[in-house]
Amino acid sequence: MPTPAPETAARQRWMSVLARASADTIAAQLEGAPALPPSTVLRGPESGLVMMRGRAGGGGSPFNLGEMSVTRCTVRNAQGFVGHAYVQGRDQRQARLAAELDAALQDPAHHAALEAAVIAPLAAAQQEARDEAAAKAAATRVQFFTMATMRTS
Amino acid sequence: MAYVAVKGGERAIDNAHAWLAEDRRGDPAVPELSLAQIQEQLGRSVDRVMAEGSLYDPHLAALAVKQAQGDIIEAAFLLRAYRTTLPRFGYATPADTAAMQIRRRISAVYKDLPGGQVLGPTYDYTHRLLDFMLAAEGKPPAPAPLAEATEPTMPRVSDILRGEDLIEGDGEPNPAQEPGDLTREPLAFPASRDVRLQALARGDEGFLLAMGYSTQRGYGGNHPFVGEIRVGEVSVEIVPPELGFAIDIGDVTLTECQMVNQFKGSKTKPPQFTRGYGLVFGHAERKAMGMALVDRAMRHDEFAEEPNAPAQNVEFVLYHSDNIEGTGFVEHLKLPHYVDFQSELETIRRMRREAEANSAAMKEAAE
Repeated sequence: MPTPAPETAARQRWMSVLARASADTIAAQLEGAPALPPSTVLRGPESGLVMMRGRAGGGGSPFNLGEMSVTRCTVRNAQGFVGHAYVQGRDQRQARLAAELDAALQDPAHHAALEAAVIAPLAAAQQEARDEAAAKAAATRVQFFTMATMRTS
Repeated sequence: MAYVAVKGGERAIDNAHAWLAEDRRGDPAVPELSLAQIQEQLGRSVDRVMAEGSLYDPHLAALAVKQAQGDIIEAAFLLRAYRTTLPRFGYATPADTAAMQIRRRISAVYKDLPGGQVLGPTYDYTHRLLDFMLAAEGKPPAPAPLAEATEPTMPRVSDILRGEDLIEGDGEPNPAQEPGDLTREPLAFPASRDVRLQALARGDEGFLLAMGYSTQRGYGGNHPFVGEIRVGEVSVEIVPPELGFAIDIGDVTLTECQMVNQFKGSKTKPPQFTRGYGLVFGHAERKAMGMALVDRAMRHDEFAEEPNAPAQNVEFVLYHSDNIEGTGFVEHLKLPHYVDFQSELETIRRMRREAEANSAAMKEAAE
């Protein structure tokens, strides 16, 4: 049983990228990647609920805001790596693919190829979408041209 | 006999539902709505169903809107019923709205706030004239203009004003205290602010609008200003026990309203602006504002205010803000009450007989 200890931060990053990618987009990236090792499902994929929380006033005591649908899956691959996935929504195929990738990405033998073929392009596409939304928001930012004269007093 | 009546009712119900399905579909010559169309083009309806159904899932909410023929309360009811079929995996880390990816962020009190006023996709400043261009299905609109984004996240106005101590803070969270959960325990009074905020977040938008409006018209008013409204995407984080560290599971759209209200002070504390808070699923400014106004009104005990207005009456507001409970109790009146009513009929007939006998006896005595 291999016990690799990948940086938690790196694992958090790829899990966050996979949680935001649909099954179809993950599958499309996998077409250009080496085949994932076979794996057996330990749990799920199963859909359930996570209770989201806010804070009174934005930064005060927590309160329960409402639930969201979440799907989770756990697999063990042929090399013995255990992969987990928790993804928003009810797409069981996405959760299964994300768990298989989480397992394979922990394996130094597969990590670099999968990072380059799957995670990096998905992360870039997600960043591009965020940048576009930020650019649209920036275009609606109000410019107060009269401010300089109003401030003279 | 009773059994025969049930059988007759069954067939009528089946036939009624068959007609409902046909009616829902409408003229088959008109193309059927897809869930993607509802999700993409009726987003505010989807948002409202998620908020009042208290379940964030745009795809399911779109299905509920379609199934309910656009009846928002019926659709929210469908979501609430569906959630009972799913297991609870756990609680998320409280959302950090200061780290929101901003689409819209405005302040009515602070013109040149850091990060600026970002209008976003808003109906404000539109003329509310029907746009007949939309009636003629045409080309897609021109893409929205882009500009260089300098500040991807923006500080909350409450944190900016907090610098001078002019405004009430958020309060120190008590790490030992688990917030109440209305999906686990029924509402009980006195209700703490965490429970009140949960109830308001899933409350009926129309009810909260009316209650908030009543505070502005003098029923428990506190002269509110919109300190800030922000709309955008917030990432959701959980800590699964099998991993032992936090992971992102996706993004949700939230609307937050910071209402700034007139000041309160005491012998020991100089006057400060007070605050009401609103946080709602989806893009829902009207509801977030109503929630913030009502939240502030319900905090009367913290500021030693006399609670004599409807919005300050915590029990009244919380017992009547949930439209699923409201619709259940009001609409159950449509169901057969034949036996109840039969006994009422017997009672009223007896009362009338007695009244007639009494008046006859009085008449006799008078003669």
